[in-house]
Amino acid sequence: MIAANLPALQVVLPLAGAPICAILGRRWYGWLIATALCWATFAISVLLYVQVAENGPISYMLGNWMAPWGIEYRLDRIGALVLIIVSGIAAVSAPFAFHSVHAEIPEDQHRYFYTAFLLAMTGLLGMAITGDVFNLFVFLEISSLSSYALISLGRDRKALFASFQYLILGTIGATFIVIGIGLIYMMTGTLNMADLAVRLPAVAGNRVVDAGFVFILVGVAIKLAVFPLHLWLPNAYAYAPSVVSAFLAATATKVAAYMMFRFVFTVFGVEFSFDQMQLSWLLVPLALIAAVTGSLVAIFQDDLKRLLAYSSVAQIGYIVLGIGLATQDSVTAAVVHLFNHALMKGALFMALGAVMLRVGSVDINAIRGLGARMPLTMAAIVIGGLSLIGVPATVGFITKWYLVIAALETGWWEIAVIVLFSSLLAIIYVWRIVEAAYFSEPSETGATVTEAPWPMVASTWVLAAACLYFGLDTRLPVGAATEAARALLGGTP
Amino acid sequence: MTDLLVLRVVVKLLIPFILLFGLYVQMHGDYGPGGGFQAGVIFGSGFILYGMVFGLETMERVAPMRLIGVMIGLGVLIYAGTGYVTMALGGLFLEYGLLDHHDPSHGQHYGIFSVEAGVGITVASVMILIFHTFASRKG
Repeated sequence: MIAANLPALQVVLPLAGAPICAILGRRWYGWLIATALCWATFAISVLLYVQVAENGPISYMLGNWMAPWGIEYRLDRIGALVLIIVSGIAAVSAPFAFHSVHAEIPEDQHRYFYTAFLLAMTGLLGMAITGDVFNLFVFLEISSLSSYALISLGRDRKALFASFQYLILGTIGATFIVIGIGLIYMMTGTLNMADLAVRLPAVAGNRVVDAGFVFILVGVAIKLAVFPLHLWLPNAYAYAPSVVSAFLAATATKVAAYMMFRFVFTVFGVEFSFDQMQLSWLLVPLALIAAVTGSLVAIFQDDLKRLLAYSSVAQIGYIVLGIGLATQDSVTAAVVHLFNHALMKGALFMALGAVMLRVGSVDINAIRGLGARMPLTMAAIVIGGLSLIGVPATVGFITKWYLVIAALETGWWEIAVIVLFSSLLAIIYVWRIVEAAYFSEPSETGATVTEAPWPMVASTWVLAAACLYFGLDTRLPVGAATEAARALLGGTP
Repeated sequence: MTDLLVLRVVVKLLIPFILLFGLYVQMHGDYGPGGGFQAGVIFGSGFILYGMVFGLETMERVAPMRLIGVMIGLGVLIYAGTGYVTMALGGLFLEYGLLDHHDPSHGQHYGIFSVEAGVGITVASVMILIFHTFASRKG
């Protein structure tokens, strides 16, 4: 009974947990409820992944209404991988949240914080599991609205502005997506992804379908923060509470990237997206500009959270580049980078959360000399930073390896050069952090700080260690990504 | 609280009908236009009107904000709970047909009724809370 309903439980467990958290979550109960649910959700997503790996895609009919008419939950390799990323990062963030939330958010708002956290997770998980495009939009709204609330809880008053900016741009993005969905619904009369994939080729020459494709693509690009549409991202990540930065940076853009995979490869299909709409000529240049300018701007940031946010813009560029090249290796790189980037950005933002707790600031001057005072936290930042650069034996290397191979295979060696150049820029901004942490005299406040509480260090190190482990033992992420890429390019969902 | 006697009397007369109409839209959702969302808005607007005319403190005596906060969560729980019950009965999430042993179409009825009740409770409470949040801002 429970095994058959795992796909529904994956989403409705945190959904039901959210109101319980709002009603009963006084003092630390909210944290307890949220933590328990995050781990339960993680367990479910691991079980689902094993099922998908053994028996192929899972299909689940909500309310037992048959597929093209009712809402279908459909889980394949890439969906299962994204579920693991979202629930895994949530499960690791939960122990971290206890001290961090206590320090950064007024106590009477804790229960609402955890409620919004669970709702954001519900939305992100739902987007990854659903096989229905309108249901996807609904879950997108659930996750977006709760993340606006989460970001606005930041200590700095600028958090309100950042949240509002994200709200405006995010709403425009979501509106574009729903307009696009409306247009393709008008042409095909169906909202089921698999059904759309069957029916769309018959009407592919139609301008309405083209317009629908463009609307959806632009909307998803806003949520994904693809280069010229990334303006909401640095403020949102910089002013959000530390846990929220870590959770959203590691998951929200990954799920947005997953949306792009779904629409480009599954719903519209490779032939339509890349032959008819010539998507490569749009995505590849934008991705390359993102990779270079994101890294360049990151070099000049003094606020470290903002620095990492611009580095995210560059890293998202790699994912989009992988989608844009649309070969087996490049799509593998893009899928595996969803996983890898979640690990490294999660670790880095959590380490900065620990700094925030102890020093009260994440300015580059605030971390001077902390290498000796907070050795574990700073070591985690170094590992995450090496991973951002793409040093061998870290996960970042795996992505770059596949991306460069893919670029050389397609004969565009210039792309490989630009990717490597962007990595060189990453060395500069990572080195700035390392220099401040290890080779500078501590500031007055920095001289007395101690290592962060152990749950925070443990959470950070789980992700940092994963950065190293999956950089050496690549079977799980690369195996999953290769399968996922084959399924995506093969056209069958 | 407003000093206009006519307004106070008329509003007092109107509110029962507004609430009744809200309940009508809620119950009639199975057969005609309506359902939890619309009913919740109508029902909530009755409270909002009361708050506008008789003051926030008076409204809070009828609808304490702590209770409203609980009701918001309760509605979602009723919705999700219906799904959990159908799963416990051995079906899929929100498979209403299982809610009645004899006739699945009756089960559909019960399921939709309870889900819509959850929606109505949450929407009405959220409307009241939004009004209260804006109206109670100082400065």
